[in-house]
Amino acid sequence: MPATAQGPASRDAQPWPRRERGFSTDTLESLLLSLIAMAAAGLLFGVFLAAQGHDALAVYRTLYLGAFGTRFSIESTLTQAAPLLLTALCTLIPARVGLLVIGGEGAVVLGGLGAALAGVALGGASEVVGTVLTIAAGALAGGLWIGAAGALKHFRGVNETISTLLLNYIAIALLNHLVSGPIRDFSQTLKAQSWSIPKGFMIGNIPGLSVHWGLLIGLVVCAALHLLVRHTTFGFAMDILGGNRRAAQMTGLPIGRLILIPCFLGGAAAGLAGAIEIVAVHGAASESLVVGLGYAGILVAFLARQNALAVVLVALVLGGISASGGLLQRRFDIPHAATTVLQGLIFLCVLASGTFRGRLLPRRWAA
Amino acid sequence: MTKSISRRRVLAGATNVVGAGTLLSGLPLRGLAQTPKPITVGFIYAATRNDFGWNQAHAVAAKRIAQLPGVKLIEQERVPETVEVERVMESMIQLDGAKVVFPTSFGFWPFIQKIAPKYPDVLFVHAGGLWKDSDPKNTIGYRGYMEEPHYLCGIAAGMMSKTGKLGFIGSKPLYFIFNNCNGFVMGARSVRPDTACQVVITGDWDNPVKEAETVNSLVDQGVDVIVANVDSPKVAVETAERRGIMSCGYHTDLSALAPKGFLTGAEWNWAKAGDFVQAWQTGGAYPNLFRGGFRQNMVAISPFGKNVPNNVQDSVLAARQGFIDDTLKLYKGPLKDNKGNQVLAAGQEIANTDNPFKLSVKWLVEGAIGSTGLQ
Repeated sequence: MPATAQGPASRDAQPWPRRERGFSTDTLESLLLSLIAMAAAGLLFGVFLAAQGHDALAVYRTLYLGAFGTRFSIESTLTQAAPLLLTALCTLIPARVGLLVIGGEGAVVLGGLGAALAGVALGGASEVVGTVLTIAAGALAGGLWIGAAGALKHFRGVNETISTLLLNYIAIALLNHLVSGPIRDFSQTLKAQSWSIPKGFMIGNIPGLSVHWGLLIGLVVCAALHLLVRHTTFGFAMDILGGNRRAAQMTGLPIGRLILIPCFLGGAAAGLAGAIEIVAVHGAASESLVVGLGYAGILVAFLARQNALAVVLVALVLGGISASGGLLQRRFDIPHAATTVLQGLIFLCVLASGTFRGRLLPRRWAA
Repeated sequence: MTKSISRRRVLAGATNVVGAGTLLSGLPLRGLAQTPKPITVGFIYAATRNDFGWNQAHAVAAKRIAQLPGVKLIEQERVPETVEVERVMESMIQLDGAKVVFPTSFGFWPFIQKIAPKYPDVLFVHAGGLWKDSDPKNTIGYRGYMEEPHYLCGIAAGMMSKTGKLGFIGSKPLYFIFNNCNGFVMGARSVRPDTACQVVITGDWDNPVKEAETVNSLVDQGVDVIVANVDSPKVAVETAERRGIMSCGYHTDLSALAPKGFLTGAEWNWAKAGDFVQAWQTGGAYPNLFRGGFRQNMVAISPFGKNVPNNVQDSVLAARQGFIDDTLKLYKGPLKDNKGNQVLAAGQEIANTDNPFKLSVKWLVEGAIGSTGLQ
């Protein structure tokens, strides 16, 4: 179980997770492990590149140029990173209670659909109210979607990993069905898409940057959920449930609420990402919502080792990799799939690095 | 992957003088005297460059444009028809210094309209005749009258068919698909008046499973030549070959996929855009909207398959000359649609460049069995 291997459950069989102030051994170890894993992935990818006859160093220089080298590169990296901030939370928050949710993709789609429908329905509303309600509708839709998987888990014992994976397919099928018929805007002949939300509901770019407001929303949500998880009794209770379900039951914690609320929050974050895609980018729901934002979010959550603040850094790194993918393709004729290979290597290395957890640094709090 | 293109190219050149001729005729030759200033040209594809279809047709053109003096080619594939393509265009412009961009997918147009005003020193060339007077002057829409090469395919199909039953597989119920279908049917009936053509519209640009099923069912109905107007006709042509019937290509040269049954194919000559690149390079004039058939060198036919006899090749080439000289009109009366309504009276002719007429085509000609799928 990768989720629990990363999460508090792996802190051996202690009924109570450690709560430390400041920079704990755990945090330091997590950081080191992540860095080592990334470096290992980079090394492996270098070997892969060399085997293809490329100069690995030149490729990495170009990767840096495409990701952070110019103002334009940084702006594209930020744009790529913005939705990942939110979709990562869809895996991250439920992971705190020991659930492995991989339904971010479906929640993004549902969020987008919800936002598009709400935006259209709210046609006459004032701009601010309309925008806020449109975005809220997306978050609600995503939240209910993953919340439903949480309910299935809690009430019927359905494995949340399987159910959220399958819900992704259902969400995409639902989207395709709706935009190709019931809510299709037939005046758009080039592409099957829903009716468009009013122009006034669209949120623009952050002044002075060509990056939309979704970035800021993502940062705020990451910070807020970090506070919830780390600095509230509810977050503490989540950690207890994630660490040891029996102990949580014995202490009389409300297990149902502790499963449903994190699922809802995670889904709402991904739904928010979908809603922002609508109000900041597309203006209407279409297949453009299904571009792997949810799946990339899983990778971000794992790399960030379930730390909502680390998500920000990781999203930037992965955003940078995808932002520079095109440049690599053009300069070195490296196929499009190569950046996916790099992401896959990072993922594998991070998973593998989990085995070194607890052995890297001397333990201050040996049980 | 580039190896397979060059192999096909070599094959085309070595085995078929006609094919080589059509390839060369597309190369703009002016401006060779002095080396013009260097220019970077970026091609953006929605799918892989080697799809035996729409994208490959553009990649072939890109290779030829890259041979123009001073031109440096950069390419990026698998760019989705989303805001992503804006970023790719801007990245090409900002990081690679591209001065001409070819976002080749039809669905890229709205994003071009958005980005073009921001970069007045960059030329945006889009494959699709969507340009309107209100669009930026640094954008070009261009497209070929593919019904003309389909007419030639129809001639080959009509002469080669044993059963007199042809099959046309269309993707979307759109005017240019109907025109291509009409061209194919009229070409066949010009050499064999009793030809019937089954028409199937799949509804998808790209649905290989449905396309293969359709070919199989057409073969079962006695059809012995097919042409598929889909994003990548690869599967349809391969299925036809496997079932032992003949096929015509679409978009790009597909002869390698069906060594036995390939007749010829309707190809775009997107390399015509080399003219636009050179004009932009030298500050010359260029059209914002360019449409053309054989006369304007915007379309071509694939090299003939090895089992196409000389008399068939001669008939096809004669008709092509007719289009080039403008002596052959595609739509001319008397002409009925397949519901028996008269479309054109005897003596009535439609100019081959009459685009408004072609846009209005929502019917299939007599001899086509099936419906447009429009309500």
